[in-house]
Amino acid sequence: MPSVEPDRSNTLRLSRLWTDERARGVLWQILLVLGLILLAAVVVSNTATNLQRAGLASGFGFLFDTASFDINQRLIHYQSTSTYGRAFIVGGLNTIVVAVLGIAAATVIGFLAGVSRLSRNFLVSRIVGAWVEFTRNVPLLLQIIFWWVVILALPKVRQSLAFADAVYLNNRGVRMPWPVFGDGATLVLAALLAGVVAAFAVARWARARQQRTGRTFPSGWCALALIAGATLAAWFAAGQPVTFDAPVMGRFNLRGGFNVTPELVALWMALSTYTGAFIAEIVRAGILSVSRGQVEAAGALGLRRGLTTRKIILPQALRVIVPPLTSQYLNLTKNSSLAVAIGYQDIVSIGDTVLNQSGQALEVISIYMAFYLTLSLLTSAFMNWYNASIALVER
Amino acid sequence: MSVRAFHRLQAELLPQRPPPASTVGLFGWLRANLFSSGLNLALTAASVAVLALALPPFFRWAFLEADFSGVVGNDCAGVGACWAWLDQRIGQFIYGFYPAELRWRVNIALVLLAPALAYVLFERLPGARYGRWFTAAYPLLAGVLLLGGFGLDGVGTDKFGGFMLNVIAGLAGIALSLPVGILLALGRRSRLPAVRVVSVAFIEVIRGVPLITLLFVAIVILQLFLPPDVTLDQLTRVMIMITLFASAYMAEVIRGGLQAIPKGQYEAAQAMGLGYWQAMRFIILPQALKVSIPGIVNTFIGLFKDTTLVIIIGMFDILGQARLLQTHPDWIGKVDHETFLFAALFFFVICFSMSRYSMKLERRLDTTRR
Repeated sequence: MPSVEPDRSNTLRLSRLWTDERARGVLWQILLVLGLILLAAVVVSNTATNLQRAGLASGFGFLFDTASFDINQRLIHYQSTSTYGRAFIVGGLNTIVVAVLGIAAATVIGFLAGVSRLSRNFLVSRIVGAWVEFTRNVPLLLQIIFWWVVILALPKVRQSLAFADAVYLNNRGVRMPWPVFGDGATLVLAALLAGVVAAFAVARWARARQQRTGRTFPSGWCALALIAGATLAAWFAAGQPVTFDAPVMGRFNLRGGFNVTPELVALWMALSTYTGAFIAEIVRAGILSVSRGQVEAAGALGLRRGLTTRKIILPQALRVIVPPLTSQYLNLTKNSSLAVAIGYQDIVSIGDTVLNQSGQALEVISIYMAFYLTLSLLTSAFMNWYNASIALVER
Repeated sequence: MSVRAFHRLQAELLPQRPPPASTVGLFGWLRANLFSSGLNLALTAASVAVLALALPPFFRWAFLEADFSGVVGNDCAGVGACWAWLDQRIGQFIYGFYPAELRWRVNIALVLLAPALAYVLFERLPGARYGRWFTAAYPLLAGVLLLGGFGLDGVGTDKFGGFMLNVIAGLAGIALSLPVGILLALGRRSRLPAVRVVSVAFIEVIRGVPLITLLFVAIVILQLFLPPDVTLDQLTRVMIMITLFASAYMAEVIRGGLQAIPKGQYEAAQAMGLGYWQAMRFIILPQALKVSIPGIVNTFIGLFKDTTLVIIIGMFDILGQARLLQTHPDWIGKVDHETFLFAALFFFVICFSMSRYSMKLERRLDTTRR
């Protein structure tokens, strides 16, 4: 009888470890982690030495020091005796302002251009196509600086281009009427809000009734009547508390109204057209992804063209459009940091000033990164929620 | 009565008649594409109006009324475009501040770039086998030519600028970000948790912040991280950051490609006895990269456009040269639009060709059709 060797496959043998995939995986991971820890240790020790040599203190205490510089566009109270921390908040808000404005305009431009590019009219589709290709393939920074130079070359204040004696365009930007809220303005705002809520309720009821009985209801007109009616009624009832402060041409300068800085105008123009061109391509691809049969089926059901677009094409196209649209919104937000090139005082521009004054490089850059990472996470969380709400409900 | 009385006998085929004149030819095309309905007619009228308002003044400005000669901005009449600077300053736009007597070295590097690129971009070129080696050796060759060494005078990277700086930063970023991006994408899909966490963290942080903050890192922070006696050249630091930035985006594009490969391919590779790296090298990556080519080229285009950002940290690429000339006392206020147009056309030509090339490649590599 042949002798049976004892089974040793379970016993630990170092030479076998290398051939065991799991053991090798653990080894690689340990090496990676050790390498990263080593790298971090070297970086930290180098930084400590370098900071000590330069005589710099680290930490975020500088945020409470006096900033002593001015910011020309501020949403909250700020003056040059305010702190660095407050300056950062003002800058962050300015970034959000241009990002929100840009996203709104880019979406409108993108959808219009995307649809026009699919137009059956040869000239329209070609002109829009040429514009889209040119705008997409020229660096954004160039476009931002270009618009800025164009706006700075506009006429001086005295020779402003006036539109309907209300909006003035000159080399200091755009000056336009601005609402002034007097006593009782809250009533008007409350009425506006109530109108919106009521419009939503009516639309909900109308949809339910249509599902039940098939009878349609003009909920769009109804919503318009509710919102406009409630707001106007409240406005008159409260004695017209909201007035518009229109700019008036004085002897040397325009007075009153609200001035949008040339930097904001240039940045907004460039960001919204550049991103709009990208969105146009996304919209076009989304619409093309809806198969022709869907349109034909809608025609066979007797739907008119407008209804086909609204009820058949758009809901299906949006599923394709929304995910890349999210990343365009994120890109726009991040690209708004190019503001520093033309001196729009966003968070990067203000941080740059703070950095030059205080020398707190590490802290300023970590504030940048934390700010943009938070914005990115918030935007993508919102868009993920929206995407889930329009996604195809499958069995 | 014969059957003949009831139907006519046609002995030969009737000649084909032309389709109605309104549906064919130029006329039919015009009718279908421009005047098919009232709305279409209005759109056509609006488009023609836009073209008529925009194009003739542009051509008058750019060519007919333009000035092409002169030494300073005031030599231009100012009615049309002032192209006189092209003759005077084109050197700066191409070479930046590279010493004039050494510009031939840049020229040679640029001329050699053509075959080096061609051997990567096009198949079926004569001598393709050696060509690939030439491409591989090109970075070293170009580095020596541009920076000096081996008997050539040294030139600092602070002298780089203009067109040359965009091309160098763009090409280096492109060449380095692809391999780093592939590694990151594989890392993100790895089964080893530590590798995956590190890759995900790196990719998401880089993608979440603007490039400009990374450039600030390159300028003000990277030096803090290094030992006190080590200094990195500014251009190198910037290129490291541009590469890291592009590779995070590249990783996501390639991950999309990897996800598109059916599981069966991975299993088949394992069944063949291939190890992880062999399976990736021979089975998975060739397919995944093919799928992700459009995305890769888009990332390249983005990266190339992003090279203009170096002006924010004080380097003078082609846009920087345009800005320099616009504020130069001899030319101030005269060449704003001209220099922007020149720089814009430069980027448009390169980026647009890249996107067309990717579309062509996509069709060629699409083995599912035909």
